[in-house]
Amino acid sequence: MSETREPLVGQTILRTEDQTLLRGKATFMDDIPIAKGTLHAAFLRSPHAHARIISIDASAALAMKGVHAVVTGEDIRPYTKPLIVGFKNPLDYRGIALDKVRYVGEPVAIVCATDRYRAEDALKHIKVEYEVLDAVVDPVKACAEDAPVLHEAAGSNRVSHRVFNHGDADGALETSKHKTEITIRYPRNSVTPMETYGIVADYKPDTGGYDVTSNFQGPFSVHTVMAIALKIPSAKLRHKSPPNSGGSFGSKLTMFPYIVVLCVASRLAGRPVKWIEDRLEHHAASSVAPGRVTRIEAAYEDDGTVTALRMEHYDDHGAHLRAPMPAPIYRMHGLSTNCYTIPNVKVTNNIVLTNKCPTGAVRGFGGPQLYFAIERVMNKIAKELGMDPLALMEKNLIPAGSFPYRAPAGALIDSGDYQQVVKDSVEQGRLDWLRERRAKARAEGKLYGIGFAAAVEPSQSNMGYISTLKTREEREKAGPKDGAVASCTISVDALGSVTVVGDSTPQGQGHQTALAQIVADELGLAFSDITVNLETDTQKDNWSIAAGNYSCRFSPASTSAAKTAAERVRVKMTKVAGRFLNVPEEDIEFTDGMIRSKSNPDNALEFRRVGGLAHWSPSSLPDGMDPGIREVAYWNAPELTPTTANDEINTSLAYGFAFDFCGVEIDPDTGVVKVDHYVTAHDCGTILNPGLAKGQIRGSFANAIGAALYEEFVYKEDGTFLSGTMADYLIPTAAEAVDPVMVDTVAIPSPFTRLGAKGIAEGNQYTTPVCLANAVADALDYEDVTMPLTPSKVFEWINGGEEMPPPADIEKAEERLTVDYSGDALRGIGETFVPAPPAKVWETLLDPAEMARLIPGCKELDKHAEDHFTGTLRMGVGAVRGTFEADIRLKNMKKPESVEIAGTLDGALGVSRGTGWVVLEEAEGGTTVKYRYEIHLSGTIASVGGRLLSGAAKLLINQFFRALVARAAPDSAPRKGLLGKIRSKFGGKQ
Amino acid sequence: MKPAPFSIMIPETVEEAVACIAEQGEDARVIAGGQSLMAMLNMRLTEPKMLVDVSRLAELHKLEIGPEGLTVGASVTQAEVFHHADLARHMPIIREALAHVGHIQTRNRGTVCGSLCHADPSAEMPLLLATLGGTVTLQSASGSRTLSASEFQTGLLETARRQDELCVSAHFPSLPASAKWGFREISRRDGDFAIVAMACVADKGVVRLGVGGVSDAPTVEEWDRLAPADIPDALNRLAWKMGGNDDIHASARYRRELVRRIGKTLIEEVLA
Repeated sequence: MSETREPLVGQTILRTEDQTLLRGKATFMDDIPIAKGTLHAAFLRSPHAHARIISIDASAALAMKGVHAVVTGEDIRPYTKPLIVGFKNPLDYRGIALDKVRYVGEPVAIVCATDRYRAEDALKHIKVEYEVLDAVVDPVKACAEDAPVLHEAAGSNRVSHRVFNHGDADGALETSKHKTEITIRYPRNSVTPMETYGIVADYKPDTGGYDVTSNFQGPFSVHTVMAIALKIPSAKLRHKSPPNSGGSFGSKLTMFPYIVVLCVASRLAGRPVKWIEDRLEHHAASSVAPGRVTRIEAAYEDDGTVTALRMEHYDDHGAHLRAPMPAPIYRMHGLSTNCYTIPNVKVTNNIVLTNKCPTGAVRGFGGPQLYFAIERVMNKIAKELGMDPLALMEKNLIPAGSFPYRAPAGALIDSGDYQQVVKDSVEQGRLDWLRERRAKARAEGKLYGIGFAAAVEPSQSNMGYISTLKTREEREKAGPKDGAVASCTISVDALGSVTVVGDSTPQGQGHQTALAQIVADELGLAFSDITVNLETDTQKDNWSIAAGNYSCRFSPASTSAAKTAAERVRVKMTKVAGRFLNVPEEDIEFTDGMIRSKSNPDNALEFRRVGGLAHWSPSSLPDGMDPGIREVAYWNAPELTPTTANDEINTSLAYGFAFDFCGVEIDPDTGVVKVDHYVTAHDCGTILNPGLAKGQIRGSFANAIGAALYEEFVYKEDGTFLSGTMADYLIPTAAEAVDPVMVDTVAIPSPFTRLGAKGIAEGNQYTTPVCLANAVADALDYEDVTMPLTPSKVFEWINGGEEMPPPADIEKAEERLTVDYSGDALRGIGETFVPAPPAKVWETLLDPAEMARLIPGCKELDKHAEDHFTGTLRMGVGAVRGTFEADIRLKNMKKPESVEIAGTLDGALGVSRGTGWVVLEEAEGGTTVKYRYEIHLSGTIASVGGRLLSGAAKLLINQFFRALVARAAPDSAPRKGLLGKIRSKFGGKQ
Repeated sequence: MKPAPFSIMIPETVEEAVACIAEQGEDARVIAGGQSLMAMLNMRLTEPKMLVDVSRLAELHKLEIGPEGLTVGASVTQAEVFHHADLARHMPIIREALAHVGHIQTRNRGTVCGSLCHADPSAEMPLLLATLGGTVTLQSASGSRTLSASEFQTGLLETARRQDELCVSAHFPSLPASAKWGFREISRRDGDFAIVAMACVADKGVVRLGVGGVSDAPTVEEWDRLAPADIPDALNRLAWKMGGNDDIHASARYRRELVRRIGKTLIEEVLA
C-alpha cells in the first residue's frame, strides 16, 4: 500500500454511482432494450386465499387480438420439476398454481401478448372455476389438528419441527428462583423497493437453455434451484443483471419462481417474454419477511444474571417454502443468546405454512424477529427485578477481551468491545439528560418512555447453516455444507487500465465505490483509475454459490475477495517491474500511479507501462509467467465450518454490534408515538467509507421506523389480503424518518476478514423496532406491545375498557346498521321499517323479478329453482364499477317470517361470498325487517379498497333496503319521508 | 396496472364537454387532475369508455378570492388556490386545510372541484364545503343549477351530480370578520387520507363543527351557545351519531374517540 498518501479505505469518498443516478442516466431493468417481437406477460392471480382449481378455460382470452399464449400451471408442469428447498419434503411448488391456489395473488395463468395492455385486457376473459376452501392465516392455529391443510402431500402445515438444546435450559428453568416469559407476535412486513421485479426470459432452441435478464439479486445458490427446476444443466441457464438497481432490500432474491415460469412461458410462446411486476403484484405476491409468534422464557438470578433462555418459534412462511427459506430463523440460530453470556438455550423451531404470500429475504433476515423476543424478555426481567434495563443488559453482555467468543448455539463472535460502545453511546447520546427529560415529562403528566436494545449484527452467512434444520443423520447422508465463497476478478489492460468485476450484485449500496477504494489502495492508483463493473452474467463471470447481495456479505466477503485479487495483480506486476527496475521485489512499492524502488524513488516505471508489457511484450515477462494480467480470487473463510453433531453452527463470519436507546412520547388523546430522541451506535469493524456506512445506518433506521410504526401486510382471518397499495401499506416518508444521533464509537476490525470489515446494513432492523417497543412498554407500563405501533392500537392500550356510551336519547347502536370488519368477515346488523305487511315484504324479497330490482346494478335474475337465482349485475360505489356474476341461493325459508340468503358475486374486481339472515316482524303499520349479514371479500377490491370497504358495504345494503321499501310499499308514504327515516337509522346525514 | 382501453375527448368549450358526457352517459368520466381517477383506471376499478378532459378548458379556469369567499373553476388546481396571494387574507381556513390535501406533487395536478366530485369521505375540500356552507354549480345541456353542500354531498363517493352534468365551479363563502376558526387533522403519515379531519367555526355564540373521515360524507353539527361543560356530551352525541367504520388504519371506536378528544381541544381553542 502506498505510504505517501492516506489510504482511500476509511475516507468518505462520494459515490461514483450517483453521477449516473442523479442525472437520470441509470439503466434499470425496465430500461433495457428488448428484442423485436418480445411478448409482454400479465398474470391472472387468485382472488381466493385457498381454493381448488376445478377448471381453467382460456379460449376466449386466446382469441383476443395480440394474445399469443396463455400458460397455466398444467402447461408448466412437463417442463419443470418442483423448486427445491434446503431439506427433503413432499411440497410441489413451481411458481404457479397447479391443483390449488393457496394465497390471494397466487399466479394462476400467464397471458403473453404483444403489449402489457392487451395482456391485462385478456385476464378477465380467462374463466377459472374454483372450489373455495377454508383458509388459515395464524401460524399457531395452522398447527392445530383440525386446521385446513395447505399441502395435502405434507399432511400438516407444520412442515419442519426441530428442537435444539445448547446447555440445559430445561434444567436451569426448573431450578431457577426467578423465571419469566413473554409471547411476542412479529408482524408480516417487508422493505419495499422503488423498483419492482422485472424479467425478460428467452428460450434458446439451439442449446435447450434459457437466457434471462432480470433484477434478481443472485445468482446465489438459487441459480442452482432454478436450473434443477427447469431440468437443464446450470450452464445453460444464463442470467444477466441490469447495470442499475432500484433497490431490493432482499426482496429480489425471491423472484426466481417467476423466472422459472417465464422461461417456460417463453418456450411455449416461441418468443422472448418480458414482465415488469406492478405495485399491486409486488404487495400481494412478491415476498415478505416471515411473521413469527415466539414464546420466550428466561431464568435469572437475584443480581440480574440470566442463566437460560427457552423459546418456541412459530415461523409463518405463507403458502409455499421457497429457497432459501426457512433460512432467516436458521441464519440467527448461532446467535440465539444475542450479545449475552447466557449459558443455556433451548430453541424449538416450527416452520409453518399459512394462506398468505410466501416469504423471502428482507433486510434483517430473521434478526428482527429473534431480537424482538430476546430484548423484550430482557426488558421484562429488569422490570421484575426493579433494575434499570441498561444495567441488566450490561450485567449480561459478553465481556471485552473474551473474543472470539463461542456462543452456546455455535456463533463464533469474532470481535467487539460492547462495554465501550455502550459507554460511548450513553455519553454522546446524553442518557442522563434523557432520563431527566423523562422525569420532567412524567411530572407534567405526559406519557414518556425510554427504551434500550442491543444486537449482535451478523454478516456473511455460512452457506451451511440451513443444514442445521436437518437432523444429524440427514446431514451426514447429504454431506457437508459450509463456507461462503466470494470471488473477484481484476484485469489490467494494454493501456494499464484496471477493471474490477465482482460478484456482489449491488442494489444501490455503493459497492463500486468501496471496491474502487480497496483496489486503488492496493495498486497505488487514483480512485478514478479503477473501473468497477458489478453487472453479472453467469456464463461469463466467475462466481460461486454464495454470489449475490444478501445478509451483509459485501463488507466481509466481497471486499476480501477484491483485496486478494488486487494483491495477486500486485504480486504479478511486482515480478514484471522487478526485472526492469533491477531491484528485489521487497524493495518495490506501488504509489501515485508508479511502481518504484522504495530505496531509490527515481528508479520507477509507470503502472500503465508495466501493465502494457504483459500485453504488448510477453517476451519481456519473467520465465514461465502467463501473458496478460487478469487475476481471479476465490475467497473463503475457514471459520465457516459445518454444523456440528450437536447442532452448533457458526452461522456467520463477522459479527458487529449495535446498541440503541431512545425516548418516546405518546399522545394520550391520539395514541401517536413520537420518537423524541434516538441514539444508535455501531461497531462494524473497519469502516470502508464512513459516508456509505452512515447511509446504511440512516436507511436501515428509516426501514425500522417503518416496521415499528407503520408497516404491515394485513390479512383477515379468512385470508383476505387488505394491503394492496401504498395507501394501505404505509412506509415512512421524509416527513416521518427522523435522523438518529449516530455515535462515534470503536471500530474493532474482524480478525477473520481481509480488511477487518463487518456488515452494518442491517443493524437498525434488529435494534430499532424493539428499542421503540421497549420505550412504549416503559411509557405505558404495558407488556403486550405488538408492531406496528399504530395510533388506533396504542390508543386502546392507553384507554382500554369501555368508551363513553351513547346518550340515552340517541338511537341505540344495535338498532342502526352497524358494520364491523375487525374479524374474519365484514359483518353488519341492522333493521328497517317497511310500511307494508310481512306477506307483501316476503313476496318482494323472494320474487326474482322483484329481487333483481332490489340488488344494486342488477337488471335481471334467472330462476333455476324456487331457491336458486343467477344473474349479471353491474354495481359499484361512486366511480368504482364492476360487472359481477351473481349466484343466489335461499335457505331455511319460513314464510313469511325469515329467510337466509346466500350469494356469491364473482367478477374481475374480486369475489365476495356472503350470507344474509332476514327476519320479518309484523309491526304497527307494517313490517320491521331485521337483518344481519356476513360477507367475505376477496381479490382486488379488498386489497385496494380497504379504507372504504365498510362504508361501501353499508351503502349497498342501504340501497337494497331503500329499494325494498320502495317496491314493497310504493304508495304508503311520501318517498322523501321514508328515505329520511331510513337514512337516519343508518347514521347518514339528515 | 394498465387501464382498460378508453378514448379521450379534449373539448374546447364547456358546451362541447357537456354534450359529450350527455351523449356517453354512464360510459363517460370527467377527468381534471386525475389524482384519484388515474389510479382507479390503472387498477381497473373503473373502466369508462370515454374520458372527457376538462383540465384545459379556459372557461373553467376561474379563480376568484375576495371578501365574498373563494370561487374556483373545475380546471383550477389545488396548488393554484393554495399559492394564490389573497388566500391567506380572505380564506385562511382553506389554506390550512389545503396543506393537508395529498402532497405537493398531487396538489399540482389535483383540482378542488375534482376532489368535491370524487367525494372521498376523508377528503378535506368536501369537509370545508360542508362546514362553510358552500355551493357547487353543475351544468348540463339543459342548463345549470347550484346545489348547497348538503344537497350535493349524498354519501360515500357519491354526489347529487347527474350523469349528464359537469361540475363547473364551487364556491366557498368566507367567514364573517368576527368569526373564529380552527382546523385539525389526524392521519397516519403526513399527507395521508385523514382518519379524522375537523373544521370548526365559531361566531356570535354559534359553534359549527364539520367532521370528515368518520361518516360516509362530511357531517356538520351546529350548537347555539355551547357551554364548555357541555362540550363532551355534545361531541359524544355527534360521535355516536356518525358511528364510524373500521378499516386497517383505525377502528370505528378510535374515530369516535378522536371526535370526542380532538374535537374538544379544537372547539376550546377556537372559543378561547
